Amino acid sequence: MQTFFIVAILALGFLVTFQIAKASEYVAVLRGEEKTRKQTNKINAFMLLAFLVFGLIGVFYCNATLKGKILGEAASDHGKNIDMMLYITLALTGVVFFITQIALFWFSFKYQEKENRKAFYFPHNNKLELIWTVIPAITLTILVGFGIFYWFKITGEAPKDAMVVEVTGSQFKWEFRYPGKDNILGKKYFKQISDANNNPLGQIWDDPANHDDIYVAGEPLHLIVNKPVKMVIGAKDVIHDVGLVHFRMKMDAVPGMPTTMWFTPTKTSKQMKEETNNPNFVYEISCDQMCGKGHWSMRGEIVVETQAEYDAWMATKKPKYWAAFPDKDPSAKQPAAAPVADTTKPEPVAMLAK
Amino acid sequence: MSEALHVHHDTAVGHDVHHDDHGHHHQSFISKYIFSMDHKTIGKQFLITGIVWAIIGGLFSVLFRLQLGFPGQSFPILETFFGHWAKGGTIQPEFYYALVTMHGTVLVFFVLTAGLSGTFSNFLIPLQIGARDMASPLMNMLSYWFFFMASIIMISSLFIQTGPASGGWTMYPPLSALGQASDGSKLGADLWLISMALFIVSQLLAGLNYISTILNMRTKGMSMTRMPLTIWALFFTAVLGVLSFPVLLSGAVLLLFDRNLGTSFFLSDIVVNGQILPNEGGSAILFQHLFWFLGHPEVYIILLPAMGMCSEVLSVNSRKPIFGYMAMLGSMFAIAILAFLVWAHHMFVTGLNPFLGSVFVLLTLLIAVPSAIKVFNWLTTLWRGNIRFTPAMLFAIGFVSLFISGGLTGIFLGNSTIDIHLHDTMFVIAHFHIVMGVASMFGMFAGIYHWFPKMFGRYLNNTLAYFHFWVTIIGAYLIFWPMHYEGLAGMPRRYLDKSIWVSFNQFGSLDQMITIVTVIVFAVQLMFVFNFFYSIFKGRKVTSTNPWGATTLEWTTPILPGHGNWTGEIPEVHRWPYDYGKDGREFIPQTEPIGANESKH
Ligand code: HEM
Ligand SMILES: [Cu+2]
Ligand SMILES: [Cu+2]
Repeated sequence: MQTFFIVAILALGFLVTFQIAKASEYVAVLRGEEKTRKQTNKINAFMLLAFLVFGLIGVFYCNATLKGKILGEAASDHGKNIDMMLYITLALTGVVFFITQIALFWFSFKYQEKENRKAFYFPHNNKLELIWTVIPAITLTILVGFGIFYWFKITGEAPKDAMVVEVTGSQFKWEFRYPGKDNILGKKYFKQISDANNNPLGQIWDDPANHDDIYVAGEPLHLIVNKPVKMVIGAKDVIHDVGLVHFRMKMDAVPGMPTTMWFTPTKTSKQMKEETNNPNFVYEISCDQMCGKGHWSMRGEIVVETQAEYDAWMATKKPKYWAAFPDKDPSAKQPAAAPVADTTKPEPVAMLAK
Repeated sequence: MSEALHVHHDTAVGHDVHHDDHGHHHQSFISKYIFSMDHKTIGKQFLITGIVWAIIGGLFSVLFRLQLGFPGQSFPILETFFGHWAKGGTIQPEFYYALVTMHGTVLVFFVLTAGLSGTFSNFLIPLQIGARDMASPLMNMLSYWFFFMASIIMISSLFIQTGPASGGWTMYPPLSALGQASDGSKLGADLWLISMALFIVSQLLAGLNYISTILNMRTKGMSMTRMPLTIWALFFTAVLGVLSFPVLLSGAVLLLFDRNLGTSFFLSDIVVNGQILPNEGGSAILFQHLFWFLGHPEVYIILLPAMGMCSEVLSVNSRKPIFGYMAMLGSMFAIAILAFLVWAHHMFVTGLNPFLGSVFVLLTLLIAVPSAIKVFNWLTTLWRGNIRFTPAMLFAIGFVSLFISGGLTGIFLGNSTIDIHLHDTMFVIAHFHIVMGVASMFGMFAGIYHWFPKMFGRYLNNTLAYFHFWVTIIGAYLIFWPMHYEGLAGMPRRYLDKSIWVSFNQFGSLDQMITIVTVIVFAVQLMFVFNFFYSIFKGRKVTSTNPWGATTLEWTTPILPGHGNWTGEIPEVHRWPYDYGKDGREFIPQTEPIGANESKH
């Protein structure tokens, strides 16, 4: 019913507008087309000025109503740099925006057609043209300079003491793996992937580095505040993207090509709840690369906590290896088996991936 | 131009040219309107096909905006029309993604590439350089019909059981390669790829033709630097297309192989729906390089014709020469070169080598310099003019405004540091819609309003035209300006419902406002379409050959030029096309010889 009304109103509006338009054309012909044209010219010139004024008011209004809903303070060290860069760019482009838009609409209004006005024959002027080649070039050099400086900082090598965690995307969920005590992620091969055999990531059990790796899924990823974390990112089926809006970080998850990114979370989840005045606050992982019909709902969570809280949580976890080979689980009260002998030195994926 | 060449192209369309009364000699309906080889008719064919596509593509956006503005609400009428795609009156995710994908594909390629440069290259090149037709009218006709076939195949994909392609207009594999991963990647993706392959053939035929026509068929006295900027823009557009479309073709063909022949160009290490695929050694990222090697030039393929036409319209209606003709040319040249050297700025977060990333930052921001030059030159063209606000002029002014707004946000995205946060968010959507989508649409409208009298010998209704302009520009800003804020908040693009997210669900009322404005703007575009077709038959008749008081050659032809364009000799050109307001004269046509005591510039 509602749809019907909308359609009916649109159709009516359509008809009325068309009739007015037809009529005004006849009137124009009757009154003399030149006279009507001059009058319309004045109206449109005025409208352009009005558009400028209301447009600028609109820009401020829009900013005032929405600025509280964006950004907030970044929750990672890189995030602060990115915000800094954003504000520098905003300031510079903002100035250009106001100058050029005002010039555009003001000139249009000011130099509207007038009986006694003669257009000024002004085909070129080398000095002016040079000025507005050089000024943008300098401005952009500044932006590129800052940008690349931060970019190398962000994409550079992760610190030696960074914790490592692997993030794997698949339609439409996130899975995590911690390297365990040896701080090395064991090798994987996609053809080993099998949910039935308790091997959702395709770990190669012959690689002893895998024996202590902790697999986490269906619950939040836990990170330690103020400790750098290096994520090793991959995907099983199609391209996904690990989007961490509060940390301002993002990296594609590509099947067959592990990627990495690192950052240091600077605020615990608890702190963020207080700062944002939102008891429901959570750090979210959003999938930022179109990955199929569930793309919009591919959500993960992160908890940032103190070392002590993290240790307590980690103590409740058992390696996936034990699930795949229950007899290897010490808590199963069996004599501990010697680790599987492997003559080749393990080459951890985490190292290969960079 | 040498006399020999001159004679040669006369004979190319010889059978018509030597009749004195064009148009009166016998031509069947089919050869005149359907399989026509007249560049003007082919231009109109591109335009009308483009308009049909624009309505379809625009309608898709209205549908998915309904979902975005009112997630979860039921619109029973949708189920009536779309059946299981809109079960219970709500748009299903598969349907949503199919709509988004088709919207992007249709508008970028079929409307703003074929519909824009197809229309105006065909219509304007011979008329403005003084040629009787294209270098190869046959190739020209074929280019339209390849486009038509591409259109039919793309449309047919809308009606198959599993639906059209739905992996986004960028069609990244593996999603687009694996039927198991998405319904749209079943038959729909094959049809998409085949349609695009035909489309590319059409673009190549057309582009080669435009280039050779511009290089070889200019009338006497029309040196390259006496060509209107429109022609230069269309020339660079054609060059970009010819050099970059083949790369997309290779990508599309390889993807077809991966899909159907078991090759592994783009596939490796994949487990989809629990099924382990045998492919190893391919690179999913390789496709992105191939795609964006076309994709970035493509955005200029779309934008340059609009820039060219707006330059022309701004100059004519300011009654002033375009400021800095050579600088305009130089910046278009720079843009054309740089357009090939920035593609990886779409791939900053794919795991690209950071050093390579920094090179692309530099090159990307370099493009902003010629863009800035163009803007300043347009502003100076308006300065101290005597401006007539024809509908075309208003759209050209709107174009400049949008180009500024959208160009500036490109500086955010081109800086890889900021792009980490903004990539694939609504900010990108806002950026490219303003700078490419809406701005080029404005260029296209400017072109239509300006040259409609030449195309059909009638005017469009002015009142409707002004109404069209004001609603569209206000609407465009209302729709896309606040969208930047959603992007700054990190809201990812292609999310059809944000209610499950803590971080992105704060824009509900904004999304509603945007949707409502979208519906209104779309309705007004329909009104434009109505005005267009109505005026072809019933519009006010054009009574003078040069209604805008312009200097260029197309206004020296009869009001409705026949096949061959000029009755009698093709006029000779004696000056550049921007002598407006010179020596106290309103304008001096290009055909007028330089006077003895005329001032120099
Ligand atoms: C000042 C000049 C410009 C710069 C520096 C710039 C920069 C960028 C960057 C870096 C992106 C990628 C953003 C991302 O995906 O994260 C982008 C996206 C895009 N730009 Fe621009 N741009 C500029 C002008 C233009 C122009 C003139 C057009 C069109 C004519 C355009 C059309 C597009 C399109 C279509 C996309 C989105 C593609 C997609 O679907 O991912 N840009 N721009
Ligand atoms: Cu995903
Ligand atoms: Cu680009």
